[in-house]
Amino acid sequence: MTTYSAGSNLEKIFKSGKKAVTGECGPPRGADAEHFRHKANFLKGCVDAVNVTDNQTAVVRFCSLAASKILLEMGIEPVMQMVTRDMNRIALQSNILGAAAMGIKNLLCLTGDHQSFGDHPQSKNVHDLDSVQLANTLRMMRDEGKMISGTEVQGRPQMFIGAAANPFADPQEFRVVRMGKKIAAGVQFIQTQCIYNMERFHKFMEMANDMGLTEKAYIMAGITPLKSVGMANYMKKFVPGLDVPDSYITRLKGVPKDKQAAEGIKIAVEQIHECLAMKGIAGIHLMAIEWEERVPEILETAGLLPRPTVS
Amino acid sequence: MVIGESKPLAEILDMIKDFKKIVVAGCKGCVTVCNVGGEKEVAILASELRIARKAAGNNLDVKEYTCERQCDPEYIEPLDDLVADADAVVSIACSVGPQYVTARYPYLHVFPGINTTSIGGAVEHGVWKEFCQACGSCVIGEYGGLCPIARCAKQLLNGPCGGSSGGICEVGKGSIPCIWHLIYDRMKNLGQLHKMTEVKLYKNWSTSRDGGLRTSIREELKQ
Ligand code: SF4
Ligand code: SF4
Repeated sequence: MTTYSAGSNLEKIFKSGKKAVTGECGPPRGADAEHFRHKANFLKGCVDAVNVTDNQTAVVRFCSLAASKILLEMGIEPVMQMVTRDMNRIALQSNILGAAAMGIKNLLCLTGDHQSFGDHPQSKNVHDLDSVQLANTLRMMRDEGKMISGTEVQGRPQMFIGAAANPFADPQEFRVVRMGKKIAAGVQFIQTQCIYNMERFHKFMEMANDMGLTEKAYIMAGITPLKSVGMANYMKKFVPGLDVPDSYITRLKGVPKDKQAAEGIKIAVEQIHECLAMKGIAGIHLMAIEWEERVPEILETAGLLPRPTVS
Repeated sequence: MVIGESKPLAEILDMIKDFKKIVVAGCKGCVTVCNVGGEKEVAILASELRIARKAAGNNLDVKEYTCERQCDPEYIEPLDDLVADADAVVSIACSVGPQYVTARYPYLHVFPGINTTSIGGAVEHGVWKEFCQACGSCVIGEYGGLCPIARCAKQLLNGPCGGSSGGICEVGKGSIPCIWHLIYDRMKNLGQLHKMTEVKLYKNWSTSRDGGLRTSIREELKQ
């Protein structure tokens, strides 16, 4: 019998050997839960779990804990994101316990974007822990029943531990090593930053395979469909650590404006196929930013629907 | 050393708007070296204040003095005579100095004329950068002699983050080197790259500002 560390749907899919698919849904900049439910509904049944961002790009939104709870109520499995930017070890551990108590079974450990990129650049940041230490903390609480202080945890948080990796940042040769540190700290699945430079991603995966990391954790390729030439240019120029090759921009430019979205989806589907064919890729993390309604179509075209059920 | 930057003249004028007689007090320590609070800057600020107030038809009497070190009661003493009939002191020492002045003269208004920005040093002529945040338990020995606490915008102990690009930090609009890239290069030079694979665990912040006001005691020197 397979043993699970958390028994989330996501963990079960991975362990069944099937390719997993996760989506992403950002909470709104207000208390409008209906809007959030509306967006999330497009993902229901199409993906194995949905990431809930935690004040993404350092912009205030309703909290990932509440949004994850809403997903649970909707019958959607959340991957709760948690950044170390805004909370110290007291608040982080407290939220882990609270989230686990509410039935949230996947946690993605992140450091978070610096607040200078967000809507409150004058705020203080915390950075008591970094993402690697957050993952280590959750592993310790779950497997050793201990908090950072050594205090015994009464009721261990049963959570499947995730983290992000950016294969396109620098120093290039260190990116896989850093992912390895996360895995060594306790991370069980990795979602990569949006991939556009396939050549560089191939190299990254080769290194990950060589280092044996794909045996130790499930690596999901991050895909964000390009809606337009404008979006592609924006990603290339303004998003730190993103690498959009000119060939995709030329391709989008080559079709009439009203066909660019379709072309963007075509590119995304090609990328999904190429990634799934790579050794060591355990799934796809589809981040259709404010484009949740197109997720079913993208996954259908990619041949990833219907989603498997694993008991 | 301690690095500072001059406050805008308008801000200083506003602080002292209700006063007629002030002393501008500088320091011959760090702020002289970083050109914001030495003898020369005291003279410049004093005359700028005089001119501005004269132009506004509200003359200001300004006396000037530059302490050997403003963070030392002994060296503040010479201010006693100057402040005797003054309303306020504008100190352009690092922000430690004006607090020593405050402690010595209970009935005197004291204002900072500079912003104390960091513990750092010059990296080129006219450019100073932060190097240390006085976290109270120095760990740079583990990072090739470079500080990830003060010099990484996210204080990562397991960097570099995903925003490190071409050796430049994602924060600071291209003006800041990614310290983690430098740490990587340095560890490579030192043949210590294997150390970069170790998971660095929790930092004890209780020696830093987070633990409350820091007091250093040397028993053998106490009287
Ligand atoms: S580790 Fe602490 S004491 Fe050492 S340079 Fe960095 S901030 Fe300063
Ligand atoms: S780019 Fe480098 S210095 Fe800047 S926050 Fe990331 S790791 Fe720290």
